[in-house]
Amino acid sequence: MELLSIRNIEKYYGSKSSLTKAIDDLSFEVQSGEFTAIMGASGSGKTTLLNCISTIDRVTAGHILLEGEDITALKGRELGAFRRDKLGFIFQDFNLLDTLTAYENIALALTIQRVSAGEIEKRVKEVAEQLQITDVLEKYPYQMSGGQKQRVASARAIVTRPKLVLADEPTGALDSKSAGLLLERFDYLNRECGATIMMVTHDSYTASYSGRVLFIKDGRLFDELRRGDDSRKQFFDRIISVVALLGGEQ
Amino acid sequence: MLWRLSVSNIRKSLRDYAVYFFTLIIGVSVFYLFNAIESQTTYLIVSEDTRDMIKLVNRMLSGVSVFVAVVLGLLIVYASRFLMKRRNREFALYLTLGMGKGEISAILLIETVMIGAGSLIVGMLIGIGLSQVTSAMVASLFDADMTSFKFTVSKGAIIKTVIYFGIMYLVVMVFNTFMISKCRLIDLMYSGKRSEKLRLKNPVVCVIVFAVSLFILIYAYWYVGWNTDNVGERGIILAIIAGCVCTFFIFWSVSGLMLKILMSVKGLYYRGLNTFTFRQLSSKVNTVVFSMTVICLMLFVTICTLCGAFTIRNSLNSNLEKCCPADYQIYTSLIQYNEENESEEYIITDIGKLLEECGYDTDDYFEKTVEVYTYEDKSYDIEAFFGEYLSELTDRYLYDSTESKEIIMTLGDYNRLRELYGFDKLTMADDEYIELCNVKDIRNERNIPLENGHEITVFGHKLRPHSGECIDTCVMLSNMPQEIGVTIIPDSAADESCISASRFTANFNTQDKQKISGYLEEIDWDRIYNKLREKNNTAFSDDGNYGVSLSLRSKYSLAQENIGVKAMVTFLGLYLGIVFLITSGAILALRSLSDSADSIGRYEMLRKLGTEEREINASLFRQTGLFFLLPLVLAVIHSVFGMKFAYYFLNILGTTDIVLSMTMTGAIILLIFGGYFVITYLCSRSMIKENKE
Repeated sequence: MELLSIRNIEKYYGSKSSLTKAIDDLSFEVQSGEFTAIMGASGSGKTTLLNCISTIDRVTAGHILLEGEDITALKGRELGAFRRDKLGFIFQDFNLLDTLTAYENIALALTIQRVSAGEIEKRVKEVAEQLQITDVLEKYPYQMSGGQKQRVASARAIVTRPKLVLADEPTGALDSKSAGLLLERFDYLNRECGATIMMVTHDSYTASYSGRVLFIKDGRLFDELRRGDDSRKQFFDRIISVVALLGGEQ
Repeated sequence: MLWRLSVSNIRKSLRDYAVYFFTLIIGVSVFYLFNAIESQTTYLIVSEDTRDMIKLVNRMLSGVSVFVAVVLGLLIVYASRFLMKRRNREFALYLTLGMGKGEISAILLIETVMIGAGSLIVGMLIGIGLSQVTSAMVASLFDADMTSFKFTVSKGAIIKTVIYFGIMYLVVMVFNTFMISKCRLIDLMYSGKRSEKLRLKNPVVCVIVFAVSLFILIYAYWYVGWNTDNVGERGIILAIIAGCVCTFFIFWSVSGLMLKILMSVKGLYYRGLNTFTFRQLSSKVNTVVFSMTVICLMLFVTICTLCGAFTIRNSLNSNLEKCCPADYQIYTSLIQYNEENESEEYIITDIGKLLEECGYDTDDYFEKTVEVYTYEDKSYDIEAFFGEYLSELTDRYLYDSTESKEIIMTLGDYNRLRELYGFDKLTMADDEYIELCNVKDIRNERNIPLENGHEITVFGHKLRPHSGECIDTCVMLSNMPQEIGVTIIPDSAADESCISASRFTANFNTQDKQKISGYLEEIDWDRIYNKLREKNNTAFSDDGNYGVSLSLRSKYSLAQENIGVKAMVTFLGLYLGIVFLITSGAILALRSLSDSADSIGRYEMLRKLGTEEREINASLFRQTGLFFLLPLVLAVIHSVFGMKFAYYFLNILGTTDIVLSMTMTGAIILLIFGGYFVITYLCSRSMIKENKE
């Protein structure tokens, strides 16, 4: 089922005299249950794309449809409701509230939706098990490792059962072991729980955990890879070759 | 370069800490305003007595100014230290770029000088402007006529303000330089990164500390509020110290417990942004327990001072009307020793005649005069009045002894006096008596024997009470309820040989203040005194064994006395009240704003999670509101008992209008403290607002 549809979007920055095209006529679709990675060098427009999908930023032209609803037309309170009910966010720097425990950080996403306290407890415990963070639930962010923090942030993102999970360089601040653990969890959430994940990264290893990689260069779609039946290693090698091509043209 | 850095720093912090600069400006203008009263009053046309009062008021104001300067000085040092701490990383950057500590000190010096000069100039201009408005208030307080509007600028007050605030800023500069010279780069660099660890308090310890503090506090409340009779000076000091210490520990334990309690109410805690709101508030309160305590105590003092001042002021206004129903009264009571029968006897003075003998024709001055006598029966004392109900008489400070003689007056005399006072005549049966008393507490006690029909024996006549309660009025002219008891007996029961004092009461033949003041000067008290002495030299003998009791009371001078007290308490209350309120408001605002500045990222994240702007603002409103409310609530509770204690003594003034005083106090607190809250909330809101490019 088609979940997300990006149709000819453009995003310009700056004034008329010095116009920067961050996104230049980009179109693609994401199916429900897909784990998509978006790759590209710094300044390629991948974070801008994510910001536009998450309604944090507005497109200059074009349309973004989620479940057939045009989110570029949303305004004011609809925007908040959209982010709250449809999206889950995972950031590079975790963005956990340092005054709250892990449990409360995860619960916060639900309390904003006015879920009852009893239901909150059930769902937080469930998602904590899926992300293997049950033993850190009562800890504060400063008492956790980076990997744990990112898994707590991921729990917060999926606990509301969003249509789409957006991850912006989720492994960017993690060491490779923690990154591996996190990505395994993403894979688990995608396969076992049917979560649709869209992840921005510049790291080929991270991207190799996904099922589909979109390469962006200068605001345009440069290439697209699907994992198919490849092993992760084989997929990784294919990604590396495209990245080399991407870099080689520079 | 240093100059440019300083200017841009100030511009940047002006935006975030406008409340602090605002407070400095108010501080300066209030300081100027109250010190300029002296020069304002010099233009007033007032009597000699009022002039002396004004001098006294000004002396008091300048004394209080020193205290105010200390309070404001502490606020400035506190605030600048706090603001400096927040700039540690900026200083670290300067140091890593190779700037010397001296240069950083220079930057701070320039900043302090600019802020100091700016706040002084702006504050002084506002002060001068405001003082033109308040000069009318000052004039009316001193009951002076504003002949013409005069634009006054008090040089003295300007110089004083500059010197006092100059010293404060100098202290800040020295302090800053010292802080900079002491700090190390490594500490500066990591000061921001060290994540604030939540110092978790042991809940059991919290509960115990809270319970103990509460117990001691309740005991202290009871001690001052219900045990007032037995409270000594030491007791009061101990109660105050206990109150201060308990306030600290209550905040300490509440900040630890509050969250635990809220967390246990899951339905409330996990609803909307409550988790976030409570956590934010708890961590905020946790770091400011000491400041909270100081603020709470300052608010407590403010409430009591304002409420007390307004009570005194309002009571004085109504008391004069009530307790001084005539214009002029002379009272004499002379005892002389009779050597023949070796006994003391009273001399009866005809004061009207005495005045004539002094060369004053009473018709020249008075429209109506009445001369009455009061009697004394050796066997009729307070004990006799109360009889079997003496035990109801609690040990009050107002009675010298239960053996002091009661004052007696005949109904005929009293009715003549009542006529002069403009009251209706009283009637009663020949075997009845009436009791007068206008001091509330004493009246309540005296009512007990009256209610029970207690009979008294005066000059051999058995009399029963005419009514079950005292008449709330007076014989003596006064500016506050002072008539502790006069027994009115039928004329037929009086024994002329027992007259103990004469009272000459009169109304002037004019209402004109100027004329009355002239009369009062003309009727020379010294001349009357000397004449009386000349006629009764045995009573005035120097061995001092014999009683001479003389007094002159005039409505005019009683009002003058009131003016001084009224002006004094009004100025004192407002001066201290405003300064304490702006100080506490500024500290809370500063803390709140810096917290909001630190939390911008958190609000940003909440938005990404899809929280509506409305909910974010509601959360911020609750955080700020509760933060301001917490010290205020405890201060109000303290004040209830503090005022209960104060009213015990203020009762002498016959305080009736407590509600009015409280309303006025509430209004001032709402205006200033509430104003700080609103400004803080609005500034915080704009600070955390989404930055839309």
